[in-house]
Amino acid sequence: MKTVLVDIQEIKKYYDIRAGIFARERAPVKAVDGVSLRIYRGETLGLVGESGCGKSTLARLIMRLDVPTEGRIFFEAEDIFKLSGKDLKAYRKKVQIIFQDPYASLNPRRTAGSTIGEPLLINDMNDRKGRAVEVARIMDIVGLTIEQKDRYPHEFSGGQRQRIGIARAIILKPQLIVADEPVSALDVSIQAQILNLLRDLQKEFNLTYMFISHDLSVVRHVSDRIAVMHFGKIVELADNQELYEHPLHPYTIELLSAVPAPDPGKKTGRLMQEGEITDGSNGLGRCPFYPRCPAKVEICDTGEPRLKDRGGGHFVACHGEGKGAPPINYNHKSFR
Amino acid sequence: MGTLLEIKNLSTHFDTEYGVIKAVDRVDLAIDEGDTLGVVGESGCGKTVLALSIMRLIPSPPGKIASGSVLFNGVDLLKLDIEEMRRIRGRDISMVFQEPMTSLNPVLHIGDQITEIVRLHMGLGRKEAINRAMEILSLVGMPSPEKVVSNYPHQLSGGMRQRVMIAMAICCGPRLMLADEPTTALDVTIQAQILELIGRLKKDTGASVMLITHDLGVIAEAAEHVAVIYTGQVVEYASVESLFSSPLHPYTVGLMESIPKMDATRAREEYLKVIPGIVPSLHNLPQGCTFQDRCRHTMQICREEEPQLKEHLPGHKVHCWLY
Repeated sequence: MKTVLVDIQEIKKYYDIRAGIFARERAPVKAVDGVSLRIYRGETLGLVGESGCGKSTLARLIMRLDVPTEGRIFFEAEDIFKLSGKDLKAYRKKVQIIFQDPYASLNPRRTAGSTIGEPLLINDMNDRKGRAVEVARIMDIVGLTIEQKDRYPHEFSGGQRQRIGIARAIILKPQLIVADEPVSALDVSIQAQILNLLRDLQKEFNLTYMFISHDLSVVRHVSDRIAVMHFGKIVELADNQELYEHPLHPYTIELLSAVPAPDPGKKTGRLMQEGEITDGSNGLGRCPFYPRCPAKVEICDTGEPRLKDRGGGHFVACHGEGKGAPPINYNHKSFR
Repeated sequence: MGTLLEIKNLSTHFDTEYGVIKAVDRVDLAIDEGDTLGVVGESGCGKTVLALSIMRLIPSPPGKIASGSVLFNGVDLLKLDIEEMRRIRGRDISMVFQEPMTSLNPVLHIGDQITEIVRLHMGLGRKEAINRAMEILSLVGMPSPEKVVSNYPHQLSGGMRQRVMIAMAICCGPRLMLADEPTTALDVTIQAQILELIGRLKKDTGASVMLITHDLGVIAEAAEHVAVIYTGQVVEYASVESLFSSPLHPYTVGLMESIPKMDATRAREEYLKVIPGIVPSLHNLPQGCTFQDRCRHTMQICREEEPQLKEHLPGHKVHCWLY
């Protein structure tokens, strides 16, 4: 039986921007614009999208590092934006984050051991000796050796630094880990080691992951369900296999077709679109993908589609007839 | 088709406080006219230093080209004086860098950055140069080039900046373009556009491309030949078909196995195969084969003697004692 761990309800985060000191009020940037999403206990929810689509803002909201403009997030049926004091501290123990850049996210003046053990100190857990034992145990679990506890971040390779970040994230035995592009900065051979480690940890500690990435093959490998984000909105949400084999939203189709396959014999049906992916809605109340969409119909210009279940938990925000797109011109070309 | 670039026994060394680092170590490579050579390897393996050595842009000191020759159309670039080399750079051989954010001059208009090159190399006047800049910008798919020439880099998106970089690289009709991770900083959809653009320009102009990347997917789709680099050495060289159908070097095999696959049959394998360990530090390479500590086939000889790059299949060379 699946139980809901996180329930995100119509969350919105707008940032006001001004174009200079004399500028008047301008339209806000809608970083996250009405996202509703559930994360079930024990699953890995993949979140994909291109830079600037709002993935990290959504992560920050779940972590309560930011407050939303509108909407609510429930963690184990508690509204996280109503928490304060002791309850908030307890929440922060249950939810941890792993950042993208293992070079920038570690304090260069702290040893590995002190970085990993700091959460225990902050939460007044264990005495000094007990903390040292716990740090040693966690370092072993993530594949670091105890001798490395007195070293500084610059003495570690990128993969090892990411192990430090992971150790720090799991030391409080959290329930949810938000992994924000955890392997994007790593070389492929190291990336595989870290992905395997995350898989082991999930099994061992029954963790729930929200795995954010722009790399569609990594997301395919790790996720149970996948949400595709585009201009602050979820445009498609489905089980892993369903999404990759029967994508419905034209944006998902374009994204999938753009990934180069490591197989020179394979003809990829690449859907090439001209120009940039820009927010075409401009508050016009039309579909944000409208200007680029190869499958647009009249209604797309006048009404913004809502995320609807097309059966079997496959949600799509598209006016198209549920077959995703009308015939799309797959031009079989490689770059050679 | 003839050989355009032939690199023989090229070594580039850097003096550091820990001793001499061999960033590029006795590399032999060739690029045919109209061909794309993919150069693949992990960070720190010497890919970029290789490209900079061809361009003779190695900062010296601490770096120096220790040995070898780089024959471009039969002329050894390493023997040219600074003036002669300067005339080749940007005109006959051009370079596209990884970071379109940092490799454009932030205080110059896009137009000025392009006209500088064409005025220098093609001797065009101010008016002609601006026209040429706009022509090139529209060739690389830039919407409204007449506006873009008076934009600053920060006014453009990442994909557009990379188009400007490519425009600068092709504006004098080079014979060879060195593209160093040209799509790494970009989103996949923009990456597809840029790779398509490079492929189209290559076809139209007959230029050759050296495409440096860590992404085997990009290599598979865009290159004709591939060199796999590890610790500054070419460990495998083959046509792209041969490399992907029968990878020989354990490092190449490991790299291919460690990428998550998108296709249904392989996608949900629970664990990825990994190459154990990390790339050894260049100050402290072991005797013999540098891959010995991460290899699953290590033999006695691997620890004693360095293998040579030799042909195992037709046109397919490998640097390994297994073959």
